[in-house]
Amino acid sequence: MSLLELSSVTAAYEGLLALKGISLHANEGEITALLGANGAGKSTTLNVICGLVTAQSGRVCFAGEDITNIRADQVVGKGLTQVPEGRLLFGELTVQDNLLLGAYSRMSRRSRQQIQQDLEEVCELFPVLAEAAHRRADTLSGGQQQMLAIGRAMMSAPRMLLLDEPSVGLAPKAANEVFAKIKALCQRGTSILLVEQNVAAALKIADRGYVLEVGQIVLEGTAEELLANRDVQRAYLGKDYEEV
Amino acid sequence: MKPTRRPPPQAEHGSIVFRALGWLLLAAVVVAPIASGNGYLLTIAIFIGIHAIIAIGLGLLMGYAGQVSLGHAAFYGLGAYTTAILTTKAGIPPLGAMAAGIVLTAVVAVLLGAPTLRLHGHYLAMFTLGLGIIVQIIFNQARGLTGGFGGLMGIPPLGVGYWQLDTKPEFYIAVIAVLTVTILLANNLVHSRIGRALRALHESELAAALSGVDVARYKLLVFVISAMLASVAGSLYAHLLRFVSPDPFGFAFSVELLIMVVAGGARSVWGPVAGAALLTILGEVIAKTGEQIPWVADLDVILFGAVLTAVVIFLPQGLISLTSRLRRRSPTAPSTV
Repeated sequence: MSLLELSSVTAAYEGLLALKGISLHANEGEITALLGANGAGKSTTLNVICGLVTAQSGRVCFAGEDITNIRADQVVGKGLTQVPEGRLLFGELTVQDNLLLGAYSRMSRRSRQQIQQDLEEVCELFPVLAEAAHRRADTLSGGQQQMLAIGRAMMSAPRMLLLDEPSVGLAPKAANEVFAKIKALCQRGTSILLVEQNVAAALKIADRGYVLEVGQIVLEGTAEELLANRDVQRAYLGKDYEEV
Repeated sequence: MKPTRRPPPQAEHGSIVFRALGWLLLAAVVVAPIASGNGYLLTIAIFIGIHAIIAIGLGLLMGYAGQVSLGHAAFYGLGAYTTAILTTKAGIPPLGAMAAGIVLTAVVAVLLGAPTLRLHGHYLAMFTLGLGIIVQIIFNQARGLTGGFGGLMGIPPLGVGYWQLDTKPEFYIAVIAVLTVTILLANNLVHSRIGRALRALHESELAAALSGVDVARYKLLVFVISAMLASVAGSLYAHLLRFVSPDPFGFAFSVELLIMVVAGGARSVWGPVAGAALLTILGEVIAKTGEQIPWVADLDVILFGAVLTAVVIFLPQGLISLTSRLRRRSPTAPSTV
């Protein structure tokens, strides 16, 4: 079942048309990958979904509800949380405070007990965060920071997580760990929309994917289909056309 | 992980001793002006209190919401003039006039803040700079209402019914009471859920929004609170001097307030109080010296600038960070990592 659906969304950045009518959907319980080169419009797509960039036309629907151009903090309340590129942690605050801030949108609604329970769950999933609970977030390593960024987003108990380049700037080993965690999150029931430049790694864990080029979707299919696609192989996987 | 509170520092014992000493010292400082029986000292202490009330509000805005106001003296002036006009021209009792000033300032702050605080960047600084200039022009030109350059005289003392605070010690106690309430409120705000949201948006507005914090609303809330505090201080000022004129509410004082906050330390509630004390005393010393040696009187801007520069270089967290340094160095406290 499709949980998130974009229909003919257009958006501009400083007068420049960044999205030229994007239509896509992400299914519940799946990892959907959004692939493409720098400047293809991947992050803009996420930011339109999250209410950080205004859609000029088109519709964004989440769980059957029209959420086009609602405020960023309201989007979180709907169960859709983004882990931004560059992680954007609250560096001066402790790991635990970062995690608690992730639960901000539901602090008034749910009991403290529920939030504490979620905190324990997140720490179970990312044991490194439990160990570093009282350390300042900016003292963590890159991989740990990414785990914290994902953990913080999970504290909002989202139905769907939007991940913007989670592997950027990480050593291959740390990146692999992050991808494994993403897969694990999906298996625990959180749907995922994953923006990634590391196409091979993303398609390895994804169920379906889209390829964006200059603000338009040029390819869509299951992960296997995309991996087998010659254009994808040539453009993103570094395989020569003749080799295939 | 069991979510826990931050582990208590090992220096607990030393910390308690240090705290107790700190409170005793503070109590002594607060009582000293009354005990001295010196009217001049008391006046300076009252001014420190009034300035501290504004500085705490401005500190919340700068240190927690990450915004700068270049026109806080205007809110101070709006409070002072509302009190002056309503008590002298409309015969409204002091507390009613003070409340009216708070409401007026809050309305002006909402009108100014609502559109600007939705934007990223320091638009608020520009708009408040403009407000400061406009308010100065009104104070100077609306002679029928404000008395123009000459100002307004005959403001009654602060009081309710028969209970009038017409002696300096009484007024001082009232200012200390208001300051205490302000500190308690600010502390509560900082340590509440709102405070956590404010710290988050101070670090990254984007990340705060993505964590579900309504960034614009919280920035506006803090701005309005800080404007209201400035208004309360303005009303106290009017009752203290029983006279208002446009001069003290200009751009120069807005800048002085900024220096108080930065010099004292914007990321703590006590920082602006320390900054207010430092700048008020420094200003008074310069003014007094200027009476003997006239050219010294013109040095205030340079000296304030020097204080600011020195603090930014040597104590970037403000004067108040000295207390935590002392605590760490105090012999009873074993050093912590």
